[in-house]
Formats: sequence, structure tokens, C-alpha cells
Amino acid sequence: MKTFDYVITDEVGIHARPAGILVKEAKGMSSKITIEANGKSAEATKLMAIMSLGVKKGATVTVKVEGPDEDADAEKIENFFKENL
Amino acid sequence: MQQFTGKGIGKGVAIGKIKIFDKSEEKVRRVSVEDTAAEFARFEEAKAKAIEQLGVLYEKACVEVGEENAAIFEVHQMMLDDDDYLDSIKNIIEEQKVNAEYAVATTGDNFSEMFANMEDEYFKARSADVKDISERVVRILSGSDGDSSSMDEPVIIVAQDLAPSETVQFDKSKLLAFVTHLGSSNSHTAILARMMNLPAIIGIEFDKAWDGKKAIVDGYKGTLTIDPDDEQLKEALLIREKDKEKAKLLRTLKGKPSVTKSGKKIKLYANIKGVNDTASALDNDAEGVGLFRSEFLYLEGDDFPSEETQFSAYKTVAENMGGKQVVIRTLDLGADKQVSYFDLGQEDNPAMGYRAIRICLTRPEIFKTQLRAIYRASAFGNVAIMFPMIISLDEVLQCKKIVEEVKAELKAEGIPFKEDVELGIMIETPAAAVISETLAHEVDFFSIGTNDLTQYTLAIDRQNAKLDNINDSHHPAVLELIRMTIENGHKGGAWVGICGELAADTTLTKTFIEYGVDELSVSPGFVLSVRNEIINN
Repeated sequence: MKTFDYVITDEVGIHARPAGILVKEAKGMSSKITIEANGKSAEATKLMAIMSLGVKKGATVTVKVEGPDEDADAEKIENFFKENL
Repeated sequence: MQQFTGKGIGKGVAIGKIKIFDKSEEKVRRVSVEDTAAEFARFEEAKAKAIEQLGVLYEKACVEVGEENAAIFEVHQMMLDDDDYLDSIKNIIEEQKVNAEYAVATTGDNFSEMFANMEDEYFKARSADVKDISERVVRILSGSDGDSSSMDEPVIIVAQDLAPSETVQFDKSKLLAFVTHLGSSNSHTAILARMMNLPAIIGIEFDKAWDGKKAIVDGYKGTLTIDPDDEQLKEALLIREKDKEKAKLLRTLKGKPSVTKSGKKIKLYANIKGVNDTASALDNDAEGVGLFRSEFLYLEGDDFPSEETQFSAYKTVAENMGGKQVVIRTLDLGADKQVSYFDLGQEDNPAMGYRAIRICLTRPEIFKTQLRAIYRASAFGNVAIMFPMIISLDEVLQCKKIVEEVKAELKAEGIPFKEDVELGIMIETPAAAVISETLAHEVDFFSIGTNDLTQYTLAIDRQNAKLDNINDSHHPAVLELIRMTIENGHKGGAWVGICGELAADTTLTKTFIEYGVDELSVSPGFVLSVRNEIINN
């Protein structure tokens, strides 16, 4: 399992649009991706669950990536966070 | 044939089919089902249709309000495909052996409550999105699939009430008239109807059975006639013809200068509420834009419009107007103009509450974003800035200070802008009118907002339909404040315009000319009739 932390810099936090794109990305990967924040966790393929984490600007999220392609997938997801959030 | 009488608030006559715009929540009944697999399949079919509808809405919104604002429909599509949402619906259908409508409504309520209970305002507002998608699916399932925003033929919109944001959502080319039960003749919806030059009536309670029926809306008499007979149709067509003739006559005034008999040139401007209205302003030969209601940028999205979004709108209008002056009024939210993403809180008296410049001066970051966008657009045309709801000299000085900060920022960043953008204020409170001589020394121009000035002078809530009969905008006190403001403005070296509804009241044009008014700004559709008055007075 690969894990990384990321501090959100987007003004509104993980809001609807990037959450939507994140779900799209995650659904295209074989790894199981989990996002933890504010003491709660959500699977990256579930839009409403991610939004209900209520992640705001400045919050730290922990992303867990698990599966046969976890190295490549973790890198992709980390880049996604850097570019969009 | 049935006839109903209300109050006409938008002139003209329309003939066409009625479309009921019903926001009242559909009552969803819980019905037991045997074949749960078939029931879930029924849901999946409805879901697919909903996603398709949202795709159409997305395309339409992209063209009308831009891709950034349209993105919400894409998110709605994805919400409908959310695993947890789907699992919950499936589970309710299978476990409780109930109909899909009930399962969707219950799931929608649960998820929407989850968001409603969140702390952050942005996430809280998403509860409306979940409700929206669930209601769409329920409508499709129950066959009452009237997608209010997609209309294939021009219709008469009949509703209980319309919020300004709902009024703008309609496709203008498919609108014939508005008929609502609530609302007053001075509500923003009424103003919008007049701006779109559409017949409109308030005070008529609707019956759902009218949906799809042929009707006549007579904005002059305030009557709605359902299933009219041939005689009535003939009469309505005649009035419509006459209106067209009159409009044709006015069009001969196009290109003529707005000069009074005594030789005074009046700036005859148009009020607009968005980029799309510039076409109509130019088409009606407006000599500039006297009031660009920037709040519509704020009402259309689901978050504050970014500097880029605003810049692009202001720049486009400035460019479209080709060097003619464009007066942009800074954010005027609050009172009856509310947005979901910015909770102004419940107020007992919102018209006298936290609104317009009062928000801007306590939330300078919102204000600065807008001012930066306007100054950046100033490099592309002749823009001016106008601050609403001013009551004191101190507010004017604070605005000017923030303006200076913004200019310094832009200069430091090397972004081009015009140094001498005209700065003006709205005179719409009796306080501002009374101290107008002092204020005139600080600004380049005044624009008198007669709607609010009347409301505050007469202490009459303009949203209260019960008071419409005594809401006299020709009240001598209102006219005296206007006269005084024009005189004081001139003493202090400011030009003075009128941009409220009264500016288009041709029975007063002569009076305003006598007062010495420099500018009149009216809905595009009224430009030529006001020019006719100016030329003849």
C-alpha cells in the first residue's frame, strides 16, 4: 500500500467539480483509493462521500492507494491533487 | 373560455400556450411492488433519461453563461451515478419492496440532509443539488416530466412566484409572457419582464389544468384569458398589430440625436443585466449603458464569479458598445436578491439590511475582485463605476480608497487600465439625496435609483403587493428629492442621471428635462419612446 499526505490549496476545498474529476480518474484505475480527512474516510470512486468529507482549504488529506498498480496509480493521483486541488 | 384579472406589470399582448412552472414539491406516494428487479430497471431507465437531459442543459448553459458556470450540470450527472446514492435506492426498492419514486425521494432527502448539516456554506449548498437531481428523476418516473428550462416552442410562463435567478434561466426566445400569483409591480422579476419587453401579470392564482392550454395575456388590462374564443383572438391580434405599428414608428427615430427643443443634449442610455442585452441596447439605439446590473453575474453561478469571469463579461460589454459609455454598478446583492452560496442570514427587514455597498465595504476581498475586473476591462472601452446604496460621505471615501488600492495593485502588476475611469454613486436613499451637494464634490456623476428612493422615502416595501395602490412614485416628496439631487449635483460639478423605472415614464420626461437632468437610462425597449419625448419637449 502506498500512502501520501496532501494539503489542500484550492480556495473552496475539494468542491464538486474537482471531486467529480477525481472520481473519473479513480474509476479508471485498478487500485483501491481511499481518502481520509477530518477523521473520516471515503473511497475515491464515490462522489458524494468525498464531498461529504467537507475538505476545506488548508486541510490535510491522507490518500491510500492499494493494488497491483499502486506505484503508478499513487503517482497519478498525487499529480492530480497537485494540479487541481 | 375563462378570464382572470390581475395587475398588468409588463405592457403588451401575448397569445400562446401556457406552461405551468410548478416548484411545489411533488407528493411522492409509497406503493408496494412485487417485482423489485423490474422496479429497479424502471429507475435505471429514468436515471439514463435524467443524465441525458442534464447533458442538454449543460450544452445550453455553456453557450449562455459559459463553461465554468455550466459545470454544475456535469456534476449533477456524476451525482446521479454515485455508488452510494445508487446503492441506497436499490436497497430501499429491494428491502422495502416499494416503488422507485419513493426510493429516490427518500434517498434524495437523506443525502440532501447530510449536506445540509455540514458546517461549510459551500458544502451546505450542495444539498440543493441532491434535491434537484432527485426531483428530476422522480418527475421522469411519475411521467410529470416537464423540464422547465427546456421549452421547444414559445410559451406563456405561469407560476406561483418567480425568483430573479429563475426568471433569467428561461430561454428568452421561447418566452411570450409571465403570469404569477405573487410578486409586486416593483419586484425584480417585474423589472426583468419589462426589460425583456414582455407582457406580464401578477395576482393570478393558477390551476395546474391550464398547462398546455391556449391563452391570451393582456398586460395592458391585466387579464389572462384561457381558451379564448375567435372574437377575443381577433381583438388580441389587432392590439398586437397596433403595438407593432407603434414600434415601427419609433424605429424611425433611430439614429436621431436625443436633443430637447431648447437644444439640450440628453444622454439616453440603456439598463442592461448581462452581456446578451448589449445587442438589444444597440438595436434600440441606446447611446450608452447607464446601468449594468452586475449582480446577475453573481446570481447565475453557484459560487462568487472569479475575476476572470467578471473581466470577460465587462470587457465584452465594453467592446460591444464600441466606445460608448458603460456604467457598471458594483455588486447589489441582498434584499430580494439572494444567492445560495453566500448566506446573508435571515433578516427581519432585508431592504434595510446587509446589502450592496454594505456587503462590499465589510467584505473588501469580494469588492476588490470586482473592481480589479472592471479596471482591467477599462482598457477595452469606456467604462464607468457606480456604487449602490450610499448613505454617507464616509462610504464614498472608503470606496475611493479601495479603488486607489486596486489601481496601485494593477500598476504594480503591470496590468493596463484607464486612470480616469468615471466614478459615480447611486442616489437611492433619502439620506444621499439630502446630502447630495457634499457628495457631488467627491464623484463624477450621480444616478438616481427611483425604485429604492421611492421605497425609502414613502416607507413602502416594494415587494409588498398589498401596498401597490399607495406606492406612488409620482409622490411630490420623491419628485422634490430628484429635483434637489439634480440641482445639488450640478453645484458640486457632477452630471446627474436617472436609472430607475421612472426614467422610462414618459409622462415625467418633460419634468426631468425641466429639472435639468443630464442622462436617462431605461430598459432597451423604452429607449426610442423616451427619445420621442425628449425631441418633443
